[in-house]
Amino acid sequence: MNSFLIFLETHSGQLKKSSLELLSWTQAQEGETNCVIFGSPAVDVSVLSAYGVKKCFQFKNTAFDLYQSELYLESLKGLCAEIKPTTVLASASSLTKDLFPMLAVHQNSSLASDVTQIQLQNGKLEVKKPFLAGKVVATLQMARQPQMALVRPNQITWVTGQKNSSPTVLVEKQKPDVKLLAEVKSVIRSSQSKLDLTEASVVVSGGRGLKDAKNFSLLEPLALVLGATLGASRAVVDAGWVPHNMQVGQTGKTVAPALYIAVGISGAIQHLAGMSGSKYIVAINNDPNAPIFQKASYGIVGDLFEILPLLTQEFKKVLEG
Amino acid sequence: MKIFVCIKQVPDTETKVKISADGKSLETQNIKWVMNPYDEYAVEEAIKIRDAQPGSQIFVVSLGPKKRTVESLRTALAMGADEAIAIDSAEFLDPLLSAQALSLVIQMAGGFDIILAGKLSIDTNSSSVPQMLAQYLKIPHVSVVSKIQLQDKKLTAERDVEGGTKEVVEISLPCVISANKGLNTPRYASLPGIMKAKKKTIKEIEWASLDLSPASWNLIKLELPAEKPAGQMLSGSAQEQVSALVQKLRNEAKVLS
Ligand SMILES: Cc1cc2nc3c(=O)[nH]c(=O)nc-3n(C[C@H](O)[C@H](O)[C@H](O)COP(=O)(O)OP(=O)(O)OC[C@H]3O[C@@H](n4cnc5c(N)ncnc54)[C@H](O)[C@@H]3O)c2cc1C
Repeated sequence: MNSFLIFLETHSGQLKKSSLELLSWTQAQEGETNCVIFGSPAVDVSVLSAYGVKKCFQFKNTAFDLYQSELYLESLKGLCAEIKPTTVLASASSLTKDLFPMLAVHQNSSLASDVTQIQLQNGKLEVKKPFLAGKVVATLQMARQPQMALVRPNQITWVTGQKNSSPTVLVEKQKPDVKLLAEVKSVIRSSQSKLDLTEASVVVSGGRGLKDAKNFSLLEPLALVLGATLGASRAVVDAGWVPHNMQVGQTGKTVAPALYIAVGISGAIQHLAGMSGSKYIVAINNDPNAPIFQKASYGIVGDLFEILPLLTQEFKKVLEG
Repeated sequence: MKIFVCIKQVPDTETKVKISADGKSLETQNIKWVMNPYDEYAVEEAIKIRDAQPGSQIFVVSLGPKKRTVESLRTALAMGADEAIAIDSAEFLDPLLSAQALSLVIQMAGGFDIILAGKLSIDTNSSSVPQMLAQYLKIPHVSVVSKIQLQDKKLTAERDVEGGTKEVVEISLPCVISANKGLNTPRYASLPGIMKAKKKTIKEIEWASLDLSPASWNLIKLELPAEKPAGQMLSGSAQEQVSALVQKLRNEAKVLS
């Protein structure tokens, strides 16, 4: 029988949408689903019950408030030994991309990270995974159990829980004793409170067409109305207008939001590599031959300095009016 | 100090790829191969550490068809690495096998203090091998590092996580570090460096000699991504285009709620 273990993550005390996406998938599969969560957020059991989750294991100690990789690893190893899942899923994040490769070694299992589709074939996990920054899509079958995958956010359609099963049992787990050889001593938080680029469902990115560092702020009112996270091309990151963590592309972040708005970006192949998986792409550029238009769902040829305020205004009218 | 750097050779970002008739491999004749960009930061950092610690030595290790990977190993030697080892293997190895092979070869070379690698290889995009390697070697690691400071047997590393946040990690040696952009600015190989690198012998290791288990994943097929339906160019005055866009996003795309 399939036994799923879903690794849940929270943001400001709420389950992340990407975690609910995984539960949206498991609720449509045969088998048992359990969850694991680290840290001390209050878990809303009714949400999990609606997805048919049997048990939710919580490692609640404040020691888990910081991501200590060795401590998380020991805890998950213990849990896997106890409940013996056949499939372990998490959404791809900084934390899971660090943790799951470690776990895969100890479970002698299979791991595919950063996948865009998952499917069970006679109990075997088959995934689609972009290679070469999305120029090729590989279909891979996991050959060992437990089979594990890290799924990119915004790929599985999120549906609300539809199972009418008994309430999820919350099980509190003890912290294992681990001597930390690598220890997080402090965290330097940036002032950015927005969702990370990789998780945002709307991204507004700016490029060299903005002409000057100070003009980058012209994107902010637009991002604000749309609840978007700001991104950038490498040209403006290299010019020092914005930090590298905002760079979208082959040597920056890979994003796949529902809506990606590229403002004054030419659409170099390395930039496209990071965003062509977006569901809808809007390009604003004054050069009708800019390559970005070949990837755009909707293109506006025009001067961004004229378009931006009009567009912000129009979205405001529609969204707030 | 004995430093290892794991490097991979990947298709250049401009490469247009073609899938072979078997549907499981790439046509390689037009591919330009380069060192994985994140591995360049790893090589550079290794050189900096070695130069600050007299008596240190850098070994670069690479995995992949040796026919071509030796080029990237020579690049690393030309940048300043001391010794190079090529593990001859197939393409698109799964990360577990890669990490296991690297761990065996590094152990054979006898002793290590710091192992550096790129945080991600831009071809298979797994960001897994450095963390796995650390587990096989039973040593700690920090991944996605944009700053390190080395003091005696302790290293402090800044790890980049979501939203521009950084975790400051203290780690004991020996350890594995995976390099992010920002760690340093990789140097170009100098002409004397290139000349010297040409003369060095690259140690070769046959895959079969490592006696590893079968892959943890099976590659079923490779395909080109599905073509998106052609886009629409909007027309009219700036105001007309903007109004049309917002209507379309709302009614056709249904992405505005
Ligand atoms: C190994 C490697 C890795 C790379 N990785 C990345 C990466 O991860 N991400 C990335 O983005 N790039 C990457 N690049 C760089 C990439 O090749 C391009 O140089 C870069 O994306 C260009 O940025 P841009 O579109 O902002 O600038 P440009 O190419 O200069 O484009 C600016 C655009 O703005 C338009 N414009 C100008 N004025 C206006 C106006 N008033 N109104 C409207 N439009 C206007 C112009 O028509 C033009 O199309 C990489 C390159 C290499 C070699």
